[in-house]
Amino acid sequence: MSATGSTDAAKEEILQRIRSALGSRPAAEPAPRDYRRAGAEAPGSSALLDLFEDRLVDYKATVHRTTSDHVGDTVRSVIATLLPQGGSVLAASALPDEWLPEVTRDTGFTARELDQFAGVVTACAAAAAQTGTIVLDGSPDQGRRAITLVPDLHVCVVRAEQVVETVPELLSRLDPTRPLTFISGPSATSDIELQRVEGVHGPRTLAVVLVTP
Amino acid sequence: MTTFLGLPVHAPRGVGHLRGDEPFPDAARKALANTQLRRNIGHATATIRAKRAAVVAELDDWEQLRLAGEAIKTATMLRLDDHLEQLERRVTERGGTVHWARDANEANEIVTRLVQATGESEVVKVKSMATQEIGLNEALEEAGIAAFETDLAELIVQLGHDKPSHILVPAIHRNRSEIREIFLREMAGVDPELTDDPRRLAMAARAYLRRKFLSTKVGISGANFAVAETGTMVVLESEGNGRMCLTLPETLITVMGIEKLVPTWTDLEVFLQLLPRSSTGERMNPYTSAWGGAHTLDDGSPDGPRDFHLVLLDNGRTATLADEVGRQVLNCIKCSACMNVCPVYERTGGHAYGSVYPGPIGAVLSPQLTGVEDNASLPYASSLCGACFDACPVRIDIPSVLVHLRAQHVEEQKTARRLPTPEAVAMAAASWTMSTPKRFAAAEKASRAARVLGGKKGRISTLPPPLSGWSGSRDAPVPPKETFREWWARTRDVPS
Repeated sequence: MSATGSTDAAKEEILQRIRSALGSRPAAEPAPRDYRRAGAEAPGSSALLDLFEDRLVDYKATVHRTTSDHVGDTVRSVIATLLPQGGSVLAASALPDEWLPEVTRDTGFTARELDQFAGVVTACAAAAAQTGTIVLDGSPDQGRRAITLVPDLHVCVVRAEQVVETVPELLSRLDPTRPLTFISGPSATSDIELQRVEGVHGPRTLAVVLVTP
Repeated sequence: MTTFLGLPVHAPRGVGHLRGDEPFPDAARKALANTQLRRNIGHATATIRAKRAAVVAELDDWEQLRLAGEAIKTATMLRLDDHLEQLERRVTERGGTVHWARDANEANEIVTRLVQATGESEVVKVKSMATQEIGLNEALEEAGIAAFETDLAELIVQLGHDKPSHILVPAIHRNRSEIREIFLREMAGVDPELTDDPRRLAMAARAYLRRKFLSTKVGISGANFAVAETGTMVVLESEGNGRMCLTLPETLITVMGIEKLVPTWTDLEVFLQLLPRSSTGERMNPYTSAWGGAHTLDDGSPDGPRDFHLVLLDNGRTATLADEVGRQVLNCIKCSACMNVCPVYERTGGHAYGSVYPGPIGAVLSPQLTGVEDNASLPYASSLCGACFDACPVRIDIPSVLVHLRAQHVEEQKTARRLPTPEAVAMAAASWTMSTPKRFAAAEKASRAARVLGGKKGRISTLPPPLSGWSGSRDAPVPPKETFREWWARTRDVPS
């Protein structure tokens, strides 16, 4: 029995079972979409940035506000504070040079090599204030998924205009054919007596540098 | 493998974890005697209930989201064949391979063969209900492949040689000192000074699993959603073990029930709001990963596994779809909110249900996947209070499906027996009695004779068979000296 032969027969049978189960294929009602899709606030407005910060802090991330001409200084000071013992830091391959010229760029390190880095710096694709969510999509200033996963500190630079209010607005800004990672605070578990412990397998510390123009 | 004859095909016996070893009432009686378990479950369900209530109250459009979620899922099921074929096309275009599995055995064979083709003998796993349902770990073990569960709770369950008791927090029945003992006994290389502080326990798991993540070449996952229109797979998680398994291995195998898809990317905007708030009581879970086939980035460099396989699993789902009342259960997004509000689950815990799907949703899902006679006690494991429907983010009418399945069970009993059950005889007699006012009044008067059964305390607590089935679990007050009709006639001065 060839692998493909078996699965083809299985596919036909499952589809046949579905058609038989549905019988006369009754028409479905269109889904009502009267939930909130657009936010009340414009992307990047100061009310949204406050909400975004509040949500991130609630999830034990740290938030560091800065302006566009001071991003590098802020990132350096965040790293100095959060990695007091030092340790090497990695950046997405195309992180803007004016942000952090001196940091090692990702050139395709293995997982074990990534494990030697204490921190990583990336940009992001979009963010939602209502849930405190940041999304990475593998663009060159964010890098492949592994670099923001293995090191223990993730410093993520979010530009004010990238922050929308609602989840529907967030999804409308994303390309579903790219590899996407939605991040809402550092990794966490509540598996032991439901007591929340921040930081399990992903980065134990998430620092968000929020940039206004 | 059976040939398709047009009849619903249920999940096969002898494989997987959809059937318990004993009926619910027997298992529940044992669970109720375990006070530690009751305390742990009671504390856990109360805590999650409160968290969920708080974050649901933050959204003034919660009911609109529920209605949208219900409608999207209902419409998806009515065109499930079209959506599945579209998903297969998109995943294939994106460099993945799609496999179809009629049942647990076929899915286990496919996954085992895929792992064997890589030449590896170890896999890392993200928590997945589908792979627990089909008993994948046992099937892999038989083929000499070790499967490491990486979710903290699943790890506790696996190292404790135990069974999950809740679909969201599977080790909810264990407290911290029990977990410490399990780690000290079973975790290779663990610090012997380990305390029972949850942070220390979590860090022990981090150190233990990191070695596995960095070296294991095959990952196995489930999926929370798959988007048919774009071929996007979606996994929600908290710890980052999911990201590790989905990103670092060279080969990724995802096993997904055929009901888990949504038609469009836009549909996800509803479920990414409903699921985290209903499940962990968070506005959003820490990590959600979305991917398609094998990814390369803009500069051509690879991102994540080079080989992606999607296994689409039936295992009784098409049989569930064939039942017009029961098919709504396929809309479930496995959030576990119904468990946390259920007065029965809160007292018995998950093990008593026998299946990997416990609680109210398990009581309507397991019997439909296996055929109702293989899980005949589960539709009765409920007081029909309706709290599960109120909590369900996609508005599954669990109480109605429970009643529907009870009726199916009674019908199947009727066909299986020559003589009617005592219950059926009693119901037929009641129907005859209640169909005219005269007979009913006569019966009410006659019932006064039963007052003698109550003795001095005025309560009936034991009856002879076949009525012992009723009195075994409840006391009944004796019938009153005066019936309601007599009281009405006496006080209202109307002719009786």
